[in-house]
Amino acid sequence: MAATKHTLVALVEDKPGVLNRMASLFRRRGFNIESIAVGHSELPHLSRMTIVVDGATTMVEQVRKQLDKVVDVVKVSDISGDDMIARELALIKVYATSATRSEIIEIVDIFRANIVDVSPDSLTIEVTGDEDKVNSLLNLLRGFGIKEITRTGRVAMSRGTPGPLAGGGRTSRAKERKSS
Amino acid sequence: MKMSGAQILCESMVKEGVEVIFGFTGGVLLPLYDTFPQYPQLRHILVRHEQGAAHAADGYARATGKVGVCLATSGPGATNLVTGIANAYLDSSPMVAITGQVARPFIGRDAFQEIDITGITLPITKHNYLVPDTGSLARIVKEAFHLARSGRPGPVLIDIPRDVFVDEVEFHYPARVNLPGYKPTLEGHPAQVRKAVKLINEAHQPVIIAGRGVIISGAYDELKYLAETAQVPVITTLLGIGCFPESHVLSFGMLGMHGMAYANMAVSAADLIVAIGMRFDDRATARTSAFAPHARIIHIDIDPAEIGKNVRVDVPIVGDVKLVLKALNELVISSEHVAWVRQLDDWRQEHPSVEIRDSEGLLPQFVIRKIYEVTGGEAIVVTGVGQNQMWAAQHYWYNRPASLISSGGLGTMGFELPAAMGAKVGRPEDTVWCIAGDGGFQMTIQELATIVQEKIAVKVAILNNGYLGMVRQWQEMFYQRRYVATPLSGPDFIKIADAYGIPALRVTRREEVVPAVEQAMAEAGPFIIDFKIEPEENVYPMVPPGAAVAEVLEEPEKGVAVWPRRSTP
Ligand SMILES: Cc1ncc(C[n+]2csc(CCOP(=O)(O)OP(=O)(O)O)c2C)c(N)n1
Repeated sequence: MAATKHTLVALVEDKPGVLNRMASLFRRRGFNIESIAVGHSELPHLSRMTIVVDGATTMVEQVRKQLDKVVDVVKVSDISGDDMIARELALIKVYATSATRSEIIEIVDIFRANIVDVSPDSLTIEVTGDEDKVNSLLNLLRGFGIKEITRTGRVAMSRGTPGPLAGGGRTSRAKERKSS
Repeated sequence: MKMSGAQILCESMVKEGVEVIFGFTGGVLLPLYDTFPQYPQLRHILVRHEQGAAHAADGYARATGKVGVCLATSGPGATNLVTGIANAYLDSSPMVAITGQVARPFIGRDAFQEIDITGITLPITKHNYLVPDTGSLARIVKEAFHLARSGRPGPVLIDIPRDVFVDEVEFHYPARVNLPGYKPTLEGHPAQVRKAVKLINEAHQPVIIAGRGVIISGAYDELKYLAETAQVPVITTLLGIGCFPESHVLSFGMLGMHGMAYANMAVSAADLIVAIGMRFDDRATARTSAFAPHARIIHIDIDPAEIGKNVRVDVPIVGDVKLVLKALNELVISSEHVAWVRQLDDWRQEHPSVEIRDSEGLLPQFVIRKIYEVTGGEAIVVTGVGQNQMWAAQHYWYNRPASLISSGGLGTMGFELPAAMGAKVGRPEDTVWCIAGDGGFQMTIQELATIVQEKIAVKVAILNNGYLGMVRQWQEMFYQRRYVATPLSGPDFIKIADAYGIPALRVTRREEVVPAVEQAMAEAGPFIIDFKIEPEENVYPMVPPGAAVAEVLEEPEKGVAVWPRRSTP
């Protein structure tokens, strides 16, 4: 993982238009976003988002602060400095003939990936891991001819996260303090 | 008791202390307008264009510090508000904009006058809502007013479908808001405050740059205490004008593109900048890489995202300006910077910046100065955008907060008349002067009908140069006087005034200025003066675009310095 890539984790209200608000912000301020992954969190009405920002082209601190200003964003942290777990899932559909099939299966095994669909001329592989692992597998498979790739983008979490609203990383004091 | 959505909206606005709504009706708003007669405490002012409603609400908000309310129908009504909402957004003006929307079953079907106004206003509102049902309306109104006025204020839009006005539910107004993602930091961090105090106590050449945040938070006394105790010269941004009395010995005017040369020189020479409630806009800093090269910077602002956005900051303090200054003032030691203040005074003598040369012609600077004199500096001045705005900022002296109201961030021509109207509605006891360019005035001139119908006694001074003056000035300076699309023929403003039923005068000579202004002041209602000024008069000083503040251009012909007598604190 390049050192310039920052991982932000945001807890956002599960309301219509939230994603639109965030996307509009990225576009309008010219923030370069590598990936966004969203899903439900452990809390009702709140989703957790993982946002990867390229620190070489974008002021990460501005991204964090501007996101924090969105009323529906409850909390944002930059967990890049933390000891974190980052994973991505990819589905890769690769050309396979009777001649190449066993070689592909061998590679898949080495990567502890799974074959999730088989058809006469292709195999679909599911791989989970950090981006380096996904990229290495992709590189090895490229020689067989890739039909289709879908990647989720990074999801991440600090190790040993304490409570639901706590979490590590640099967060905004603005959201931690009680309003008076 | 069950109430309709229209009644709930009115009840909620009454609870929020709304006195006046600037609005314009339409199909989907019929149920709401039909309810207004039940709420005579909500004054409705019918504007002539929705842009005027938004600017009027903005002017009202700036003049009073309260939330301004504007109202427009779906589709074109809503889109006509957009410029005014953007204007309020960039200048942090508290506003609630209410729009009607087509009934819920029609949403998403491109129904007649359906437009996605929440989508359109996403980047120019602090927050916005499409009300999903009548049961949510009271909560949303409560939240909208809270968001608009608290923290860094700004416009909040509420889009209400027609059938939501009609449905009936039990009305309960929530006692408090529940917004987990919105908790502005008000108190400055004590460790940061201590660091800032240390820098202030050690500085030899400190300067305060005060912005609109001082006015918003009402930190007039706290700023004065800090400046006087630590003897720090105070310079303001355009929107900060009035947050520190300009008659004060420590006041050194406005910085920036058309700021006073001595103010820009002070910033360039300072070893400490205390930036208070301002956001380092490029019109204020000029080339940021050359901004305050010798200074450490303390930046106090309620919006954490402003810290470090445009310039590097040594000590950031996030918090409400008034509370942060209170905390600072408890620790700051009394000190003197006599040599430094004298240096600034010398620069002011050498580069007066606001002198008015002798001229046979009618100079706009002279007009503003005379309005200042006749009003005793007590008026609220609302400007257009362009040269008139800069002359009004430079040649009138403001001693009260919110006495200059001007479109800073968006620079919206056409702001002047409707905003002056809103200011006068908010502060009826004050004299309100609208300083207009002949270009900007024609953009929202239709509000003259509103001020007549609603008896809003705005005094209008048109600085009529027959050009889109500020753009012409740039063409003169940077495009070899090729005046493309800037010569501007206007109507006969006296006949226009007459048609609207407003008394008016045309002034072409210096000696007519004071009698005309006096006559305007003597009139109980609105009054218009068409000042035929020198057509090619320029605004000086000027820091050319892209230049550093030190590369300032000064008035080519020098005259007599006429800086008014200064009082001691
Ligand atoms: C709505 C809008 N359109 C265009 C501009 C660009 N602009 C800035 S100043 C200016 C000229 C303003 O002319 P006028 O209102 O006559 O005022 P003056 O500068 O002559 O005092 C223009 C066109 C603007 N600021 N706002």
